[in-house]
Amino acid sequence: MEWLDLIAQVSGSAIRFSVPLLFACLAGLYSERAGVFDIGLEGKMLVGAFTAGTIAALTGSAWLGLLAAILASVLFALIHGFASITHRGNQIVSGVAINFIAAGLTAQLGETWFKLGGQTPQLTNDARFMGYAWPFADALRGVPVLGQIYSQILSGQNILVYLAFLAVPITWWLLYRTRFGLRLRAVGENPAAVDTAGISVPSMRYAAVACCGILCGFAGAYLSIAQSAGFIEHMTAGKGFIALAALIFAKWRPVPAMWACLLFGVLDAISIRLQGVPIAGIGTVPVQLMQAVPYILTVVLLAGFIGHAVAPKAGGVPYVKEK
Amino acid sequence: MASTKAMAAPPAIALAHIDKRFGPVHANRDISLEIGKGTIHGIVGENGAGKSTLMSILFGFYQADSGEISVDGEVTRIMSPTDAIKAGIGMVHQHFMLVGKFTVLENVVLGAEGGFVLNSGLAKARRELERLEKDYGLQVDPDAVIDDLPVGLQQRVEILKALYRGADVLILDEPTGVLTPSEADHLFRILRQLKAQGKTIVLITHKLKEIMAVTDRVSVMRRGEMISTVATADTSPEQLAELMVGRRVLLRVVKSEREPGRTVLEVKNLVVKDASGTTKVNGVSFVVRAGEIVGIAGVAGNGQSELLEAITGIRPPSSGEIRLNGKPLPCDAAEARAQKLAHVPEDRHRLGIVTSFDACENVILGYHGDELYQKGIFQDRRAIRSDTEKKMQDFDVRPQDPNLRLGLFSGGNQQKIVLAREIEQDPDLLIVGQPTRGVDIGAIEFIHKRLIAMRDRGKAVLLVSVELDEIRGLADRVLVMCGGDITGECAPETPEKQIGLMMAGAAA
Repeated sequence: MEWLDLIAQVSGSAIRFSVPLLFACLAGLYSERAGVFDIGLEGKMLVGAFTAGTIAALTGSAWLGLLAAILASVLFALIHGFASITHRGNQIVSGVAINFIAAGLTAQLGETWFKLGGQTPQLTNDARFMGYAWPFADALRGVPVLGQIYSQILSGQNILVYLAFLAVPITWWLLYRTRFGLRLRAVGENPAAVDTAGISVPSMRYAAVACCGILCGFAGAYLSIAQSAGFIEHMTAGKGFIALAALIFAKWRPVPAMWACLLFGVLDAISIRLQGVPIAGIGTVPVQLMQAVPYILTVVLLAGFIGHAVAPKAGGVPYVKEK
Repeated sequence: MASTKAMAAPPAIALAHIDKRFGPVHANRDISLEIGKGTIHGIVGENGAGKSTLMSILFGFYQADSGEISVDGEVTRIMSPTDAIKAGIGMVHQHFMLVGKFTVLENVVLGAEGGFVLNSGLAKARRELERLEKDYGLQVDPDAVIDDLPVGLQQRVEILKALYRGADVLILDEPTGVLTPSEADHLFRILRQLKAQGKTIVLITHKLKEIMAVTDRVSVMRRGEMISTVATADTSPEQLAELMVGRRVLLRVVKSEREPGRTVLEVKNLVVKDASGTTKVNGVSFVVRAGEIVGIAGVAGNGQSELLEAITGIRPPSSGEIRLNGKPLPCDAAEARAQKLAHVPEDRHRLGIVTSFDACENVILGYHGDELYQKGIFQDRRAIRSDTEKKMQDFDVRPQDPNLRLGLFSGGNQQKIVLAREIEQDPDLLIVGQPTRGVDIGAIEFIHKRLIAMRDRGKAVLLVSVELDEIRGLADRVLVMCGGDITGECAPETPEKQIGLMMAGAAA
């Protein structure tokens, strides 16, 4: 019983940890499937988190915070698009620049506006996305397995968690069952084919990049106004890069992307759970090492365990009409 | 529109005074052309004559600086491929515009999906494909993934794409470059069938034989100008070649009988894999003797490139043996050169030249350590310059300026520089890949003569080309490669059909 309860608790927190990764991972999927590499996921998340924290603190509305986060993140996505689509710049360099600008700007503006050491003011529960307990959640807590799944995993999550997982089938449907998805995938594989079919390559890529911005906005807002009660300097802590790793791990497919993000979420949850807990035969593992586990796993997985991941063929290549 | 019925049927396409410049390059000069409805119209010209530019303007890929286009007698503004498709113009590009990971069906509907949700559009396209299959004999599995299809079928998908969009005029840009002779024959049958159903076809090619075989009328372009349009029945390949180049050219290479001497290159059971580990050359054995040209025929991508790379020391073979003048040849490009192997690579831009370097720097590339070019610890620029001047003169390279950036020379002149560099080293074995790819007819004649001269001096020449005519014209013996195997050896006089069968994998 105690074990089951522990597993249910870890699973619940694993889901919460995986949500920002999932949003960011799907964000990257839209962009990269359209042929625009985006290592600026981290930066856009950070901008989203900061904007959400700021607007939620000023207005007291979580929804306005989310909306603002999306707008800010889309703006940064469009900057990336402007550099890499319109001006055919190097997508990696542009992504790095976005990350630097985001890190510097959020810290600086936070300090200037709020004088709280780079943080935004602590939010009240009204200005955050709080978990909703489902009916009878408490009553069913004692029922083994099903009751635990219901009360500790399904129930009690905030709305963004459900949206994140809903985004997976929606993305799948958009990508594989609609005109938009067909064109988006085509533009990432052979933009010349799209161009000669009479479709504008830049507008398809801008659309994809905008989708990426929207989802990064969700990811950022989740961090600052759902998971926490305010923005903290550099609070993304590399999640954008983990999401990118998950994307490659999932070979740029939405459903495997969800599993990859959940795997990283589980690792996060376990590493926190095991902090300070002695492990039989080893003793207490230093906190730092536990925190490093997801990153180590990323390297290991990417280095050898995923086989040959074939990126979208035209990924990273600006489209130039050949003469 | 109705009023035109009374008059003679207007041409399917009429171009009037089309003019187009790319910066300093005047690609199309005041071009006027009429293409009759329900005809197959050929457009020939050398590389850079402006054929592709003209067709790209017709398809809306570029806009003309001036001039107008009429479709079915009506002046039509074509600003984008969408406009062209609306006007009933379809194009089959030289490099297929297909998404390799998509199915045939998905490629066909791309850009004409018929609604946001794909389902109904795909179902409709499937029915339409079945109809087109029946009408034109264009069989292809709609659920096959493009990357799994042979090029011949991929091209069929391109044609289907255009027909699905309701094209009445179909432009084909160098459609046979990637096909085996029998696939090309099949394509021509399809084209005739399309014509019989009232479609108009524009065929861009540099292969005069195809023009003669399939077109009704033919237009010749030279240096951006439309030189003449004639009925195919009233002309000959020789006349067309003369119109293309502007002077008389020899289409057939003259060569004398010659008895080959000792073995120079010996290849035994050679196996070569590509970067992804796929076996590309599958245990190939052959010899090349002094004073003979051995030609390797085959459709591009059947292991010829990897074979060349292995022999010239660029790609290490997995197993097998290569001997030059009886000695084993290590896999080392520099060592191969030292042992008197010269290499004119297939892809000169990737392996043969540096376009941003001067001509003279390109002339010493790979031989830059030679005594001749040194002066103490420095390079002797003067010696390099005079050597380049001499080579340029001998190989008729124009313009004759050793300090000009190589990128500014035409393809033919770039290739002559590579040939000059390699041939003048007086090698025992000359390996030549696609010697006339992207080279104009005038230069082709010259290059062919030089290769024959090498052979007549008693050198061994290994020639790889996808142009079957070139192989048959130059080689003393022909080897045919298909799927990494040598599927046959024959005399160059062997009928094209029979060589074509071997190219498709049938044993000799």
